[in-house]
Amino acid sequence: MSLSCQHDRGTPARLSTRQVSLRIDGLSVSVPAGTSVLHAAAVAGIDIPRLCASEALEAFGSCRLCVVEVKGRRGFPASCTTLVEEDMEVTTESDALLRLRRGVMELYISDHPLDCLTCSANGNCELQDMAGRVGLREVRYADGANHLKEEADVSNPYFAYDPAKCIVCSRCVRACADIQGTFALTTTERGFASRIAAAGGADFLDSECVSCGACVAACPTAALMEKSVIQQGQPQRGVTTTCAYCGVGCSLNAELQGEKLIRMVPDPKGGANRGHACVKGRFAWGYATHADRITTPMIRQSIRDPWRVVGWEEAIHHAAAEFKRLQGRYGAESVGSITSSRCSNEETYLVQKLTRAAFGVNNVDTCARVCHSPTGYGLKQTLGESAGTQDFDSVMQADVVLVIGANPTDGHPVFGSRLKQRLRQGAKLIVADPRTIDLVDTPHVRAVHHLKLRPGTNVALVNALAHVIVAEGLVDEAFVAARCDGASFAKWRAFVADPRHSPEATAAVTGVPAATVRGAARLYATGGNGAIYYGLGVTEHSQGSTMVMGIANLAMATGNIGRPGVGVNPLRGQNNVQGSCDMGSFPHELPGYRHVSDDATRHLFESAWGVKLSDEPGLRIPNMFDAALSGSFKGLYVQGEDIAQSDPNTQHVTAALESLECLVVQDLFLNETAKFAHVFLPGASFLEKDGTFTNAERRISRIRKVMRPLAGHADWEVTQMLANALGYPMNYGHPSEIMDEIARLTPSFHGVSYARLDELGSLQWPCNEAHPQGTPTMHVEEFVRGKGRFMLTEYVATEERVNRRFPLLLTTGRILSQYNVGAQTRRTANTVWHPEDILELHPLDAEDRGIRDGDWVGLQSRAGETVLRALISTRMQPGVVYTTFHWPGSGANVVTTENSDWATNCPEYKVTAVQVSRVEEPSEWQRRFARFNREQQTLLDNRQRDDHATV
Amino acid sequence: MDIARLIHMANQVGAYFEAEPERSAARAGVADHLARFWEPRMRALILAYLDQAEEGDALSPLVREALLEHRARLARRGAVP
Repeated sequence: MSLSCQHDRGTPARLSTRQVSLRIDGLSVSVPAGTSVLHAAAVAGIDIPRLCASEALEAFGSCRLCVVEVKGRRGFPASCTTLVEEDMEVTTESDALLRLRRGVMELYISDHPLDCLTCSANGNCELQDMAGRVGLREVRYADGANHLKEEADVSNPYFAYDPAKCIVCSRCVRACADIQGTFALTTTERGFASRIAAAGGADFLDSECVSCGACVAACPTAALMEKSVIQQGQPQRGVTTTCAYCGVGCSLNAELQGEKLIRMVPDPKGGANRGHACVKGRFAWGYATHADRITTPMIRQSIRDPWRVVGWEEAIHHAAAEFKRLQGRYGAESVGSITSSRCSNEETYLVQKLTRAAFGVNNVDTCARVCHSPTGYGLKQTLGESAGTQDFDSVMQADVVLVIGANPTDGHPVFGSRLKQRLRQGAKLIVADPRTIDLVDTPHVRAVHHLKLRPGTNVALVNALAHVIVAEGLVDEAFVAARCDGASFAKWRAFVADPRHSPEATAAVTGVPAATVRGAARLYATGGNGAIYYGLGVTEHSQGSTMVMGIANLAMATGNIGRPGVGVNPLRGQNNVQGSCDMGSFPHELPGYRHVSDDATRHLFESAWGVKLSDEPGLRIPNMFDAALSGSFKGLYVQGEDIAQSDPNTQHVTAALESLECLVVQDLFLNETAKFAHVFLPGASFLEKDGTFTNAERRISRIRKVMRPLAGHADWEVTQMLANALGYPMNYGHPSEIMDEIARLTPSFHGVSYARLDELGSLQWPCNEAHPQGTPTMHVEEFVRGKGRFMLTEYVATEERVNRRFPLLLTTGRILSQYNVGAQTRRTANTVWHPEDILELHPLDAEDRGIRDGDWVGLQSRAGETVLRALISTRMQPGVVYTTFHWPGSGANVVTTENSDWATNCPEYKVTAVQVSRVEEPSEWQRRFARFNREQQTLLDNRQRDDHATV
Repeated sequence: MDIARLIHMANQVGAYFEAEPERSAARAGVADHLARFWEPRMRALILAYLDQAEEGDALSPLVREALLEHRARLARRGAVP
């Protein structure tokens, strides 16, 4: 039981327009219809004993501890399964009830080890609490049959299952089914022989369990317990913060002993996650104190020199002097910065401010460039705002869910679980993806339509869907007439009505049968609330921006926008993708998505910052690389990003990095980019600083410092020191002051402050005078741009096409247990699930090449070659192969090319023409990488320590 | 910067605006996009290429027309502050 679950009301709260009044132990209470007596009692301040009930789960009625008396009824009904009725009179305490409860507890305890003093749950055990609560004084059946000798399952790296301590209340089984939706746990046998088991394997690690921790949180005893608690004892205090992994942005409670993190548990009040988490946020935080952390600044003249450990002042002044030297010699525009979606809003705001105000240029970009920059462009063009339209709760009102190019159960697992809850309630699912992702067919969920398209043909597919909607009269004419720009709609309607966009005409391109496309279009347009969720399978294409606009067109044409249950929902890759974009990290936009050429906006910032600002767009990340290679870009400040691993065409990127005269990297680890750096500034983990993240639903949530920075400074302080050393004064005393400045200068943030966030828990922007409580659903009365604008979306085939030399298409992505470049998750026990990147390919393609499971295979494109192990999988379609990029030595991005989105330069990670063949040894690139890696590790290991250096 | 890469990028922009039925709007769309999203040295290079390229250069006709018509808009707006 986590510290935050200690005020659990036993069964879920209900929403109803009808209130029911009753009396419990003489107290009057009024609750929504459908509420349980157990919950109503808790509302009245009466705590009825229970063991199998939890507010996070539907009532089960198995423990018989929550029995009550109801006037006029015979017997003792369980209060968890008894719903309130008008004028009901309930008694929760009587001699008879006490006898019953003691009897129940006596039976439980007769099969429970009486080792409370040495038990990991001691002091925080519901079974222990209930024994005390009912006054259990003797156990008459202690010598009977029991399960006390059963062995614990310690296979999972993060938690243990001790069947001797299990009371078979089924809370874990229900949590796995109802909350997580994996159905990995089950109750085997019957009666006394009943035991909890993980299905699909010999033990938890080998089973279908995805290690989300919901079962552990649900367990009332020590049967399922975090190993960190077993090893270190119960936490003493909790601090609410926000997960540093994906764009769901789960609210987590960091439970601590002093400054020592004991465990992370999901916050039941979390607006994004509603009390759930995944294997990353829940358990994979050990990287924060990993031995690889570098906690002292370092400098060197050349990347072939050993590092020299220096104090903060020397490092900062060296970096500033280098940037000034470069600007003096090569011009102001020869330097720039890259912010990270792994950093807070305040940090990214400061980096872009430093770039614009201290460097005097707009050469600042963010890693959203390589993931969701087309979302920013496409949604701004059509709807008027570069953000998703809904909150996550909205999915619970969706009737039809169209998932395009996203794999929520791996990439956004907590949202994936929420989505599966809604699908189990009956919502219909359409999946558009080249692969058979888990959602297509998973326990109690099956897609009505799987549009298994060929990589690179998204726009042809979205045009075909639009064609059906227009040709079959499925347009919501009233919505379009009232809410959208008539001229752009007329032009779009004529465009998509052309027969070349029909499903029959496009089937040859997309590979999706026309009837399937027609069925999907009809279902989306007419099935009730239609909601679109999309991911990088939409954006990371040469037509990524076109596809985003095509999606917005679909939503507008069908009236699926502007209310709960519908909308256009980009699933952001990293935790602060939305925030880093909001904060003005793009080279053409100031905070709040206002173009640098807009005089009024620029003057606002010039006045606040006291400097003249450039009205020209700066370089985007790929442009920086190109400019570096051509000699006009010489200095780069990178905060929290690992471009050498995450960006496409690795050899192009590393050549660009090698050509820089000054590369400053601020990070937790000596990542792949830092191996090319001249200055290393140690970063602080999300546990070591205050700030905010903004998730995929525009929800601004606090991260709170729970331990002091290992290197002595939070990242915002380091950027501030660098700005000051460059001669541009920054004097913030706390990140809240940075947020106050953001709020002053950004209309959609006018109402945001740390005080408001503390008060409300989180806020979804726009939050201002018009929306003081924030905005869960956007575009309700009108679009941000006024009238919704339809955009033309001609399909232009990617130039990455198969040919005789490269006959397969590679698409890349990620898996559940690892995160992005893996810098964090590779330094945790999550490696037991994914110790290396592998290449998935269809059995036919494997057979053609004589490849068997586990073989080493060469993966070759026009950009480069790498070698991976093969996994033969029918999840793939023939002609398409797949891998992940979590391990640097795997070199997935050695193979991906510089081909990019026409509007934003977002790389086309999802389509690379490749060949695959059996090989016996690593690729030439991998041999060079290994040599360089060894060399850089030696230079780090041999770093020279200056006795005078202080931190 | 690699001019071949810039030409490729410009032609990609042009390919998007080819769908626009009004040619003048398509030309304006290309130019507006380059003005709003391309850094000045990139615009300068593509304009320099336009000036020195012979007929039949690698720019698509739409991009070539857009650059010619909107050259003034695509020039650097001012000195670096």
